[in-house]
Amino acid sequence: MEKMARVTTALGGNTITGRTMFCHLDAPANAISVCRDAAQVVVAGRNIFKIYSIEEDQFVEKLNLRVGRKPSLNFSCADVVWHQMDENLLATAATNGVVVTWNLGKPSRNKQDQLFTEHKRTVNKVCFHPTEVYMLLSGSQDGYMKCFDLRKKDSVSTFSGQSESVRDVQFSIRDYFTFAATFENGNVQLWDIRRPDRYERMFTAHNGPVFCCDWHPEDRGWLATGGRDKMVKVWDMNTTRAKEIYCVQTIASVARVKWRPECKHHIATCSMMVDHNIYVWDVRRPFIPSAMFEEHKDVTTGIVWRHLHDPYFLLSGSKDSTLYQHIFKDASQPIDRANPEGLCYSLYGDLAFAAKESLISSDSNRKPYIGDRRHPIFFKRKLDPTEQFEYISSSSALSVFETDVESGSMDWFVHTAKQYALAGRPLAELCDHNAKVAKDLDRNQVAQTWTMLRIIYSSLGTVSSANLNHSIGKGSTTLPLMNSFNLKDIPSGLGSESRLDRSKGESRTENILMDSSSTLINNEDNEETEGSDVPADYLLGDVEGDEDDLYMMDHENPHAEEQEYSLPQEAFPLRHEIVDNPSALDHLQDKADSPHVSGNEAETVSLTPVESFSLISISHSLYENRLPSDFFNPIVRDTLLFYAEQGDVQTAVSVLIVLGDRIRKEIDEQTQEHWYTSYIDLLQRFQLWNISNEVIKLSTCRAINCLNQASTTLHINCSNCKRPMSNRGWICDRCRQCASMCAVCHHVVKGLFVWCQGCSHGGHLQHIMKWLETSSHCPAGCGHLCEYT
Amino acid sequence: MLVAGSQCCSPGLAEYRGCGPLRGGEDRGIKMPRQLGRGPSAFIPVEEILREGVESSRRQLFIDAFVSAGKVDNIAMVMGLHPQYLSSFWKTQYLLLRMDGPLPYHKRHYIAIMAAARHQCSYLVGLHMGEFLQVGGNPAWLQGLHCAPPKLRSLNEINKLLAHRPWLITKEHIEALLKTGENSWSLAELVQALVLLTHYHSLASFVFGCGINPEAEQDGGPGCRPPSPHGDSSPASDDGVGGSGGKDAMREVEVLMERMQLLRESQLEEEGVTQEEMATRFELEKTESLLVAPSDIAAPTSLQSNVLCFVEDPEFGYKDFTRRGEQAPPTFRAQDYTWEDHGYSLINRLYPDVGQLLDEKFQVVYNLTYNTIAMHCGVDTSMLRRAIWNYVHCVFGIRYDDYDYGEVNQLLERSLKVYIKTVACYPEKTTKRMYTQFWRHFKHSEKVHVNLLLLEARMQAALLYALRAVTRYMT
Repeated sequence: MEKMARVTTALGGNTITGRTMFCHLDAPANAISVCRDAAQVVVAGRNIFKIYSIEEDQFVEKLNLRVGRKPSLNFSCADVVWHQMDENLLATAATNGVVVTWNLGKPSRNKQDQLFTEHKRTVNKVCFHPTEVYMLLSGSQDGYMKCFDLRKKDSVSTFSGQSESVRDVQFSIRDYFTFAATFENGNVQLWDIRRPDRYERMFTAHNGPVFCCDWHPEDRGWLATGGRDKMVKVWDMNTTRAKEIYCVQTIASVARVKWRPECKHHIATCSMMVDHNIYVWDVRRPFIPSAMFEEHKDVTTGIVWRHLHDPYFLLSGSKDSTLYQHIFKDASQPIDRANPEGLCYSLYGDLAFAAKESLISSDSNRKPYIGDRRHPIFFKRKLDPTEQFEYISSSSALSVFETDVESGSMDWFVHTAKQYALAGRPLAELCDHNAKVAKDLDRNQVAQTWTMLRIIYSSLGTVSSANLNHSIGKGSTTLPLMNSFNLKDIPSGLGSESRLDRSKGESRTENILMDSSSTLINNEDNEETEGSDVPADYLLGDVEGDEDDLYMMDHENPHAEEQEYSLPQEAFPLRHEIVDNPSALDHLQDKADSPHVSGNEAETVSLTPVESFSLISISHSLYENRLPSDFFNPIVRDTLLFYAEQGDVQTAVSVLIVLGDRIRKEIDEQTQEHWYTSYIDLLQRFQLWNISNEVIKLSTCRAINCLNQASTTLHINCSNCKRPMSNRGWICDRCRQCASMCAVCHHVVKGLFVWCQGCSHGGHLQHIMKWLETSSHCPAGCGHLCEYT
Repeated sequence: MLVAGSQCCSPGLAEYRGCGPLRGGEDRGIKMPRQLGRGPSAFIPVEEILREGVESSRRQLFIDAFVSAGKVDNIAMVMGLHPQYLSSFWKTQYLLLRMDGPLPYHKRHYIAIMAAARHQCSYLVGLHMGEFLQVGGNPAWLQGLHCAPPKLRSLNEINKLLAHRPWLITKEHIEALLKTGENSWSLAELVQALVLLTHYHSLASFVFGCGINPEAEQDGGPGCRPPSPHGDSSPASDDGVGGSGGKDAMREVEVLMERMQLLRESQLEEEGVTQEEMATRFELEKTESLLVAPSDIAAPTSLQSNVLCFVEDPEFGYKDFTRRGEQAPPTFRAQDYTWEDHGYSLINRLYPDVGQLLDEKFQVVYNLTYNTIAMHCGVDTSMLRRAIWNYVHCVFGIRYDDYDYGEVNQLLERSLKVYIKTVACYPEKTTKRMYTQFWRHFKHSEKVHVNLLLLEARMQAALLYALRAVTRYMT
């Protein structure tokens, strides 16, 4: 109640009205300050020092304080402040280190009152005591703060920060004796004005210079600081240790901070460089400014709230030589333009999607999702009823879509990763082993690939045609899902259509996932599917029952078109289609796997000379063993690329490792690196650390190989003097003692050192192992019951 | 229980003494540059740099550098006199040349070549020609600037200005480089290029200022011009440096000490200097710097074509901006665009990390002191250091409002001013005589200290001009 009363009295006789307006100054401004009655503003800079009165809809120049024959450096202001008790009193800080006071009540043209030339370097800040008329404080580049009594000629006391330049000084609004000072080295100090010998408290607030600080007008313990590290921090000074309670990350160094009157959590900031806008933040919502003023064309150098108790008017001066009055009504509110949406996949195929509540609800009305939408969870932020500003409110909804258990399961990935053999045996064995692993998991296509690789690379010259036929036959009989209409193709190989279906069976899990959970994805897909005859909305209206037809059409059409090309070129456009829809598995695979298929195709479509030649050669090579395995490299490469594109980077990487030099040069380094990193990333998400390490070790990419050589340093401290041992691990430079002695043999350990975490005794790995086999006590005789696991 | 591998130290490096890593390397059959008799600098006797029993911190530093770069070059050897600075310098240079950044590696080295060539510094040009080829640069580019891609060629103008008259850089220059087109620069690339250019311009100052000798492997090759072309190149001829100088030299030190004391007292007592006087003092210092131009301005005849080929318009050089009868460009007010506030903020936005390292480097060099002057200990040298720093900025037209330029006159004797101005503005004209003539009774390490201040002050000055132009372009 009391506060309200004060507001009305303060504003009572002098209601503030106005609009967003500006005026041109003659020169860039460095700082601005307002008179207590909010009717006048002073602007100071290197070449300007003027007072403007703030009228209803314009600024009017009242007084130019830069007088005299020759412009002196005393006029070159770094900062200006208007006394909040005495409206005739002003103080400026000059770049040459002089502190000047001005008395507007003087009859002469020159209003300069007093000159304090005590600072050796530029004065960065001046500040009047909020309640004491004659007390002025200054902070300078030379590292000193000085307190002046305006009735005396010299400073009353000098405070030495004992460190670098002072960037800002501010009297506490509530504590009569306290002021805060911020420094170039990142520190903030609190001083008692009566004790110039030593600061009361010091803490490091920022990394790099702290450019500004501001005490909260209502909450006595809060201090906001802004630094070059682009942060605004709010400190609670009530506790014994200053505690950071809020932190706002901005996009540029923070030059000024000013609490917004009457709004407990709002603070205005402007930046030192690059960014010209003024932001008003709600410190509880540090990611997006609650209001933004974008008028200035160059960096804003000074901001000030027009009236102590009015939160709607902000004045600002800038390097672009303008003075602005901003009205809150006209502020742009980034939150209106922001589209708060988030989308993330989990490891097991679940999808989480968060968006504005309004968006979600309207969207689901329009088009219900198909598939398994399981757990829509809604979060809503309750509005603070005491908060009077409505624009900080927002609510969003989070929906989580789970895939059904069997289709979303990634067990096959884990099993495969664990069971694959990648090295240490002849290629043929590796391939056979891996084929078996794949087949056991019902991944016939991958199994087939392994078998083919074996045939291509290791059994060349030894494989009899019977053997080959056998393997193919085996592959095709294990197909889990077949459509009747293509059965006749299977004995001679795998018809493209049947293969399609089979592949669809395998990848159905993914399809469902995609279709049901996110129309967004489909939309994108759709745009890329040029050349397909399928109408766009057909793809979108993905109803379960239509799927078969859809995919058939989708793939037959481009397929037919592509076959005009010769074989090597064909691979690329086709793959492009495959990217568009994950169900399009196996066109390429067909060719790599089985010459029969290609032969079939060759018969059915136009026969360009190149194609027929190559196809015939393939068949020949397999049966008559005339071609070197290099011949197949492009096909194998395409196979791998295809698997990777399809998302099965596991197969791609495994094949890459197993084949080693045979295929490596076919694929460019970057792609390989990309595969490796993706696979390793996946393995690590599944916590298959050993396997990921094995893959890293087996990889031939330099970038990957050095992954497990990074950050292998172990920093240790000397056990005697407790200081870090820099040079060698076993002898301390300082105390010249051998630090790590083996508790068993009493010799220095220069290799693997094993120690007990309980009693910190230890020694050679072998010795400790041996010791603990026979005894359960610590070998050092400390009585601890050590354990070795 | 935990298992840990103890750190171990390679025996080859452990026996390092001064130039020792070379020895260690050879033991292991690696081809190493061999230590020649004359040492890393033509001005400073070898013993001075390779004092037996170098402190362990410095040794460690050299070892680290050797491990990371494969060699310890002569620059590092000389800078090693100030290990605290060297580590900071190294970190920055490493980031600039070898860490992630917007520019590809070979272009970075090519830019270094271009920058060094502006000052005809064959040492740096040679060094980076090697590096350029090592990172896979196209050898054809080394035939000259005309063979480089147009994108790099377009950097020539700004290179020229930065090297000699940085105050002429305007936002139009920046605009021209950034305007969209086939050979345009991105802002981040440009900032890295600017840092590289200024780094190598000022490093060239250091090379000439300390008379750095060519590396052993460069020796005899065509790429090496002796750094001091003007006569007396006999190494370590003992004309008074660091040794038993004449009485004059002794007195010099005393006079300097007295003056510093005097200034300090006068500062405490009277503040009677008017602002106008301060302003005129700066102007005076500026114009006076005209007079301290080196007397022996030789035509650049000894230029070798392999350096010259990276230079267009070789006649363009430093020109005093206060020459009579010309419109002087407006003085750069240090307070309006400071490194700490504006330069850092801008650079950190466009090329992160480097801002932090440069900031550290500037701070280290500005605050570096051993509290000694010649044979005196426990002296506060901040005044002297500030005078040198501000004088360098002064010759590039940067003025500090809060500095009394009368101090420069008091503290820096004429021979020192000549040396500073020469090394900062046209380093290729530095001679050994200049080096020996100033501060005759001071230690070599102190003269290197002066060179470090010079290097960094020059770099900051040029960088400030360049960044100001970028800022103006962006607003």
